[in-house]
Amino acid sequence: MTKVHLDHAHNLHLLKEMIRIRRFEEKCFELYQAQKIRGFLHLYDGEEAVSVGIMQALAPQDAVVATYREHGQAIARGIPMTALMAEMYGRREGCCRGRGGSMHIFDRERRFYGGNAIVGGGLPLAVGVALGDRMQERGSLTACFFGEGAVDEGEFHESLNLANLWRLPVLFACENNLYAMGMRLERAEAEPDIHKKAECYRIPSEVVDGMDVVAVEAAARRAVDSIRAGNGPYFLECRTYRFRAHSMFDAQLYRPKDEIEEWKRKGPIVRFQGWLSENALLHADELERIEVEVAAEVDAAVAFAESGTPEPVEELERFVLMDAVPA
Amino acid sequence: MTPVRITYRECCRQAIREAILTDPRVFLMGEDVGRYGGCYAVTKGLLEELGEDRIRDTPLSESAFVGAGIGAAMAGMRPIVEIMTCNFSLLALDQILNNAATIPHMSGGQFAVPLVIRMATGAGRQLAAQHSHSLEGWYAHIPGIKVLAPATLEDARHMLKAALADPNPVLIFEHMVLYNMEGELDPTIEAVDIASAKVRRRGQDITLVTYGGSLFKTLDAAAALAQDGIEAEVIDLRSLRPLDVATVVASVAKTRRVVIVDEGWKSGSISAEIGMRIVEEAFFELDAPIGRVCSAEVPMPYAAHLEQAALPQPATIAAAARSLVGPA
Repeated sequence: MTKVHLDHAHNLHLLKEMIRIRRFEEKCFELYQAQKIRGFLHLYDGEEAVSVGIMQALAPQDAVVATYREHGQAIARGIPMTALMAEMYGRREGCCRGRGGSMHIFDRERRFYGGNAIVGGGLPLAVGVALGDRMQERGSLTACFFGEGAVDEGEFHESLNLANLWRLPVLFACENNLYAMGMRLERAEAEPDIHKKAECYRIPSEVVDGMDVVAVEAAARRAVDSIRAGNGPYFLECRTYRFRAHSMFDAQLYRPKDEIEEWKRKGPIVRFQGWLSENALLHADELERIEVEVAAEVDAAVAFAESGTPEPVEELERFVLMDAVPA
Repeated sequence: MTPVRITYRECCRQAIREAILTDPRVFLMGEDVGRYGGCYAVTKGLLEELGEDRIRDTPLSESAFVGAGIGAAMAGMRPIVEIMTCNFSLLALDQILNNAATIPHMSGGQFAVPLVIRMATGAGRQLAAQHSHSLEGWYAHIPGIKVLAPATLEDARHMLKAALADPNPVLIFEHMVLYNMEGELDPTIEAVDIASAKVRRRGQDITLVTYGGSLFKTLDAAAALAQDGIEAEVIDLRSLRPLDVATVVASVAKTRRVVIVDEGWKSGSISAEIGMRIVEEAFFELDAPIGRVCSAEVPMPYAAHLEQAALPQPATIAAAARSLVGPA
C-alpha cells in the first residue's frame, strides 16, 4: 500500500510527468514573451516533484485544491494540455472558457477546485470539500496545495484547526520554496520549521525533500493511508525551490544567482534522471522517446490554442449567476 | 386554517428545521448554533433534535467555516452558514467575495456554489459600533451573490427554502430587532419568491422604498402621514440583489414622489443605487427631488439616545415625506 513500486514503467511515468510540466511551462514562457499569454504567469520550474509525487497517491474520486502556481498540479492531475493552453490564450476552448486564465484552472471532471490566487484562500475551501465528501460518505480525500507564504495567513491556522477538530480527510501539502514572492522564509517566520505549525493542531506532519519525486510519492502514500484509515488530516512540508522568477514581473533582487544555480544542480528532473541512468534504469532512447512525445503534446496544445475561438462578448455575463447546479 | 401567533425568531427556526428534515444535503454550521442555541436563540433545541452532524458548532473562525460552507456546497451539499452579526462577516469577506461570488464565473460555469449564509444585521439593542451596522448594501454591490432582507414573518418563514433551492450563494440578513416581533403567520402562504419587491401599503401621494428592519418604522410613518391626508405607498424591497427596479418605478410613476429609507449609511449606499436607478428609468416621472432617510454617518454609538438619534425613525421618515409632498 504505502510503498512506491519503482518498476520500470512507473519510473518512466514519474520522469515523463515532470518533463511534461517542465516543457509545457518553457513553452508558456516563450508564448508570454510573444504576448500570446498575458496577465500574471507563475511558473513552477523546480517544483515538479511535489505535484507529480503527490498525485501518484490520489485516486480519481479525490479532490484537489491548488494555488495560482498550479500548472504542475493541473497537468499531473490529468487535465489535458490542450484545455490548459487554450485557457491561457483566453479562448472559449479553455478549461474555464477563458474566464480564469493561468491562475484559475478548474476541472469539474477531475475534481480540480482551482487555481486560487488569494494566498491561503484555498485552505478553507479544501476543508469544506472534504467535509462535503465525508458527509456524503464518498471515501475520498482532498489534497490542498499551498506555499509556505500561506502559513502566515489566518486562514491557514483556522483551516488546520477546523480540519483536525472534525478529523476531516485533507492532505495539506505545503510547497516550501523558501520565498513568498520576494520574502525569504527566515525573514517572515518566527518559527521557520513549517511542519511544527501543523503539530500545534495535532496534525501528523512530515518534512519531505521536495526535490526527490520518489520521496514525495512515498510520503504522500503514507499520508493518504493515514487519512483513508480515518485519522484525519495529514501535513507534508515539501522543501523545494523555484528556479524562475515569481512571475513575469520580477527582477529577483531578493536572492543571489549562485543560490539559484546551486538548487538547479539538485533539480527534481536532473536528479531523478541521473539516478535512473546511473542505475541503468533508463536508456538514452527511452529518454529521447519521452522528449519527442512531450514535444508533440506541447505542440498540439499550442496548435489547439492557436485555433481556438474567442468567447462571444454576448456571453460575458454568463455564469455570474448559475441557472442550475451542474449535474 | 387559523393563523398562529408566532415570532420572527420562531419562523427562522422552523425554516431551518424543515430544510434539514426534508433534504439530507442541508446542514447548519456556525458559532454557538448548537449547545448555546444561537446567539439570538434562533436555533434553540435543533442540536438535540437533529444531531451534531447537521447542527455544527464551529470554532470562532469565520473565514474557515464560511470557506468550508463554500467547499461543501461545491462538493454537493446545501449548507446553511450562520454568522452571528454582519460585522463579523467581514472576517470572511475573502471567502464570500473571492470564492463564493467568483468561482462559478471564473470556472466557466463548471461549479456552482449553492450556499446560504444567514446573519443578523442592524442596530437598536445598544450593541455599539462592532455589532450594529447594516452592511447588506455593501454585499449588494457584488455580482454573483443574492442578497435578501426578510422583514415579515412570512418571509422569515419561507425565504430560506427558496434560497436553498437557488443554485447561487444567497446571503440572508435578519434584522436583530425583528427576532422578537410577534404576529400572525399567514397560513395560506406556503412559499415566497426571492426576486420581487412587494407593496406593503397602497397609496397614491408618495412612494416610500425600504426593506428589513426599517419596514415597520416606514409603515408607522405612513400611518402618521395618513392622518395628515397623505397616502404613502410602502415598498418592501425584500431582495437587494437582484433589485426589483420595475416595482419601484411603477410606484413612482403613480405617486411621482419617493423617499428611500435605509438603515445603512448614505454615502455610496444601496439607497444611492436605488435613487440612481429611479433617475435612470423614471426621471421624467418625478415631480420632486428624491428623498433619503438613512443612518447618521457615525459608527453606531452605545448610549440609547445617541443610537436612536443615529437611526431612521418614523418621525424623520414622515418629515422627509411631508417636505416632498408640501403642505396638505
